[in-house]
Amino acid sequence: MEILIYGITNSITLALMAIGFSLTFGISGLPNFAHGAFYLLGGILTWIFIHQLGLPFFFSAILSILVVGVLGFILYWGLMLRLRGLAINEVIATLAAAIVIIEVLRYLGFSGFTYVLPEFVKGSIPIGNVWLDYQRIILVGIGIALIIFLYLFTHRTRIGLAFRAIAQNERTAISLGIDSDWTAALSLAFGSALAVIAGLAILPLGSIDTEMGYDILIYALAVGIVGGLESVPGIVLASFILGFAQILVATFFKAQWLTVITLAAIIFILAIKPSGIFGKYKELEERV
Amino acid sequence: MGEDIRYRRERIDRGIKARTDTIYFLSNFRDILYLLLPRVLPVALLLLLPFLLKGGYWEKVLFYSCIFALLALSWDFMASVGLVSLGQALFFGVGAYISGGLNHYFKMPLSLTLPIATLGGAFLCTILLVSVLRLRGVYFSMVTLILPLLFAHLIETLNILGGTHGLLSLRPFPSSWVAIYLAIFAVVFCLFGFRKLINEDFGLVLRGIRDDDRVVMAGGINIYWYKAQAIFIAGAVGCFAGALMTHYYQFVGRSAFALDYTILPLAGAVLGGPGSFAGATIGTFILVPLSEVLRALGGLRMALYGIILIAALVSLPEGLFHYITRKYHQFERDVRI
Repeated sequence: MEILIYGITNSITLALMAIGFSLTFGISGLPNFAHGAFYLLGGILTWIFIHQLGLPFFFSAILSILVVGVLGFILYWGLMLRLRGLAINEVIATLAAAIVIIEVLRYLGFSGFTYVLPEFVKGSIPIGNVWLDYQRIILVGIGIALIIFLYLFTHRTRIGLAFRAIAQNERTAISLGIDSDWTAALSLAFGSALAVIAGLAILPLGSIDTEMGYDILIYALAVGIVGGLESVPGIVLASFILGFAQILVATFFKAQWLTVITLAAIIFILAIKPSGIFGKYKELEERV
Repeated sequence: MGEDIRYRRERIDRGIKARTDTIYFLSNFRDILYLLLPRVLPVALLLLLPFLLKGGYWEKVLFYSCIFALLALSWDFMASVGLVSLGQALFFGVGAYISGGLNHYFKMPLSLTLPIATLGGAFLCTILLVSVLRLRGVYFSMVTLILPLLFAHLIETLNILGGTHGLLSLRPFPSSWVAIYLAIFAVVFCLFGFRKLINEDFGLVLRGIRDDDRVVMAGGINIYWYKAQAIFIAGAVGCFAGALMTHYYQFVGRSAFALDYTILPLAGAVLGGPGSFAGATIGTFILVPLSEVLRALGGLRMALYGIILIAALVSLPEGLFHYITRKYHQFERDVRI
């Protein structure tokens, strides 16, 4: 019972971490390695808005989502546009951007127990014999809502379809009247905003630590790669596999194995089936 | 005002090249000097520097520069086969831990640990990466990004090889001269060796794999064998750098797998200009001393590398070395049109 409940919350947490990354990297083909940095930045911005400027939580949350969304947009126009098409350089540049953001935040000292975001609702209720706090329940709710939203968004709306189109075949997309730069910039902005939403839901469970910026990226990569980058069901499946694997390992072995399991899963999947369990259309690009 | 005078920049090659980039007309001493100077001068300077610095702090900096230059050269060599690594720390860490472990547990002397770490480490890294040789582009990069992290976490979790404390009080070099000249000779050897190798038939195949692997396959060449060889060579260089650093520090810890050993050589190679080896060396020899000067910034140094990396990628994608070469080999003049 314990394993089931913690497994589910952990899996949804992983899915939340990965969802923005999957939207940009998986669905629009833009490797946003600054995902973890944006997650961190969103949390810290919200904290600043609440504690330094005295804004109410709801308002500061919206504000930081917007700010980071705009930053994602700027990251595209300022940086990635110049490197478009050179996949490796895109990775290196966004990774460098992530390092800049995270290291500056670390330098400014935004780490430790002072930096705690408020929970949406305080308290906890028993489910069976396990006490579960409201924050985790809300988190599961947000996670499920976002996954459904992402699926509908990428399959039912024009702009969501455009996101998928530029990843599948950019030239055909252009010839069909999709402005690929605009779409890509929007995708990056959306992904960054989603990173902040995930941060706002997850961060209240602990304190903010700058090291997380790198960890989140690894988790997002893990979920994205294991599940198949472009597939929404893949994200869900992969987060459940990894989420339950982590909880099982933490219960029966030691908690330190968590990261090792995640990293090993990435390498294992990359070695045998790089496009992931549900991946389809990149078979020809990824290996020879 | 009225008339609009416009100029176009014209570039003319100096009249020293015969037909290709590698065959020259050399008619007088000046031309020979013109070709030799950019090759001999930096090497001579590098060999003289330890005498000029006479130990002390800046000699350490020179040593670090050489270590990072080796890593950057190894990155550049892999990149010229199309294997873009985001984890030079893997090679560095494996070499560091092998030599450290052999010295710590079996009390082996330096003359044994260094070669074993170099060759054994390269072999181990090649075995590790052979399973993902089929991956292309970003997928390969992601594996290399993850592997050092995995190793660092494994060492922490299993509490092997000293765990979080690392292995302490390893055997130092007999004198700092040995260390520094080993490093300098390694850099010079790799630099000119790689430049030569990449223009041989072997290197031609490697570059072919980078440009279009399927065509090379269609030519009946086993590209996996070539890629594995390239990783072995690059791995040996990286592992050697790690082993040198271990004995210089007399310590090896999880920090050997840290992001620094990935990002700094990468930044150096991108700044200097990938694909030329000289560029990677120049880049690191600029960045490492610069970062020592900026030591006061503390943690911000990593951020600075990031900024340099981005700036170099966006504004000077060809790299410093290619820029300098072009200026050196060509006249430029404005022509009225």
